[in-house]
Amino acid sequence: MSATGNAGRALPWALVTPALGWTLLFFVLPFLAMAFSSLTAHDGGGFTLSNNSQFFNNPAYWQAMVNSLQVTAIVTVVSVLLAYPFAWILAEQVPERWQRLALMLAVLPFWTSYVVRSYSWLLVLAQNGVINRALTGSGLFSEPLQIANTRLATIIGFVHFFVMLLTLTIFANLKQLSPSYRKAAADLGAGPVRTFLHVVLPLTLPGIMVGAFLTFVLCIGDYITPQILGGNNELLMPQLVMMQIGRRGDFPLASALSIILMAVVTVAYLACARWLKIERA
Amino acid sequence: MRALVRTFSWLYAVAIYGFIFLPVVVLVLFSLQATSFPIPPFTGPSLRWYDAVLADTRLTSALVNSLLVAILSSAAAVALGFLSAWGFARFALPGSGLMRGLITLPLTVSYLIIGMGLLVLFNWAGVPKSLLAAGIGHVVINLPLCFAIIYSQMGDHQINIERAARDLGAPEWKVLLLITVPVMAPAIFAGFFLSMTFSWDEFVISFLLTRFDTTLPVEIWNLLRSGLNPKTNAVGSLVFAVSIVLVVLFELMLLRRKPA
Repeated sequence: MSATGNAGRALPWALVTPALGWTLLFFVLPFLAMAFSSLTAHDGGGFTLSNNSQFFNNPAYWQAMVNSLQVTAIVTVVSVLLAYPFAWILAEQVPERWQRLALMLAVLPFWTSYVVRSYSWLLVLAQNGVINRALTGSGLFSEPLQIANTRLATIIGFVHFFVMLLTLTIFANLKQLSPSYRKAAADLGAGPVRTFLHVVLPLTLPGIMVGAFLTFVLCIGDYITPQILGGNNELLMPQLVMMQIGRRGDFPLASALSIILMAVVTVAYLACARWLKIERA
Repeated sequence: MRALVRTFSWLYAVAIYGFIFLPVVVLVLFSLQATSFPIPPFTGPSLRWYDAVLADTRLTSALVNSLLVAILSSAAAVALGFLSAWGFARFALPGSGLMRGLITLPLTVSYLIIGMGLLVLFNWAGVPKSLLAAGIGHVVINLPLCFAIIYSQMGDHQINIERAARDLGAPEWKVLLLITVPVMAPAIFAGFFLSMTFSWDEFVISFLLTRFDTTLPVEIWNLLRSGLNPKTNAVGSLVFAVSIVLVVLFELMLLRRKPA
């Protein structure tokens, strides 16, 4: 285009090289280092596959993956089921001029840090927290419920975050639907329920899948929420990874577990790849 | 039927808003009471614990650290993202699609794994744990974001303005500084502010890559060991306030851009 002489040809490379170099040096290289580390023995001697085989042979590690997959699946399904009607109400029932504000409010706590958000839920769910005080105070229960430090607490914390995220993506999806689809369905004699089930829902399905995939990836890799809310009674994969570093300084095993976790995410990506094609408008 | 749907919609929306705001309201409310436990009944209001936060030099220096890391790493991410986006959008490079894919790849990998990789690499290379190490990690997570935002906004009409400037004899650096940067300013700001909020809130990378001097989320994490503590409520409310300011600034900028 403007390539004139050597300077012209060097310029584009000078522009893209810093970003490429950064990604290679601080993203690709660390990943390779981690992969290499996962094949070395913790005590420093030689190559071994024991880090990887430990995962398959040790039931406790295997259980962490099962727990992670169960929690992630429950969180994804519950979040979609809660967020879809909410996004629909925001997009269809709220007057146009208030929609932006309503949406901004709906995702405001999204912007607090992970740590603070999980801690806030601890305040709500703890033995002497708001919910238990309300339950025992009203005489409904005589004993406080054990919610904090259980799987339920982890799930509540996650669902809170992902309802906000999914509301954003599904809302955007509903707004992109051209109203003429609905008019056409109505002209052809479909009632509102049929229009929704046969027109709106199928057309927003790709958006739901994108949101569900995001939920899956972010949920299965998160350390904070299970650690603060779920405690150590039941470990999820990220907790298991961090435990290898924190307590034992076992980088090779932590690397191996991280790579296995990443492989699971990649499989999930391939499974819904056909839904995730992001087309340029 | 219509009225029924409306009533049900209202009830549902109120319930979800309640669910979304419950923890935030509890957090802020119990940061405002003087007792040593942030639990009901509410006895406030008092600013006692905010004073305690501001008097705690570990927390205040962590706050300064967090701001520094957020500003510097976002500036680096936006600079690298902008230059590469300009390079890819304006010049036909061999293997362009592959290279763009490489730059956006970190978006699909969880922070824990990015942090782990850097920890292993730095450990081998003998790079000590530090704020700089965490900042490097923050650039890794924010560079793809800045690149994607800026690249998607580089349309054809900007190319034409740049061509006009070149035809009028402007050298390449002048085109960049006087034409491209001002025209792309909204996307550049969007990338910068989004990076700021992500870096400001990021925990796991900072947790893995810093030791003594650390960022605010990690320092809050350390506070959590003492269980429910009104000081944590106060500092959490402050962090939330900063995030909200960033988001509102971001919203205002989007609104200002709309008419253009």
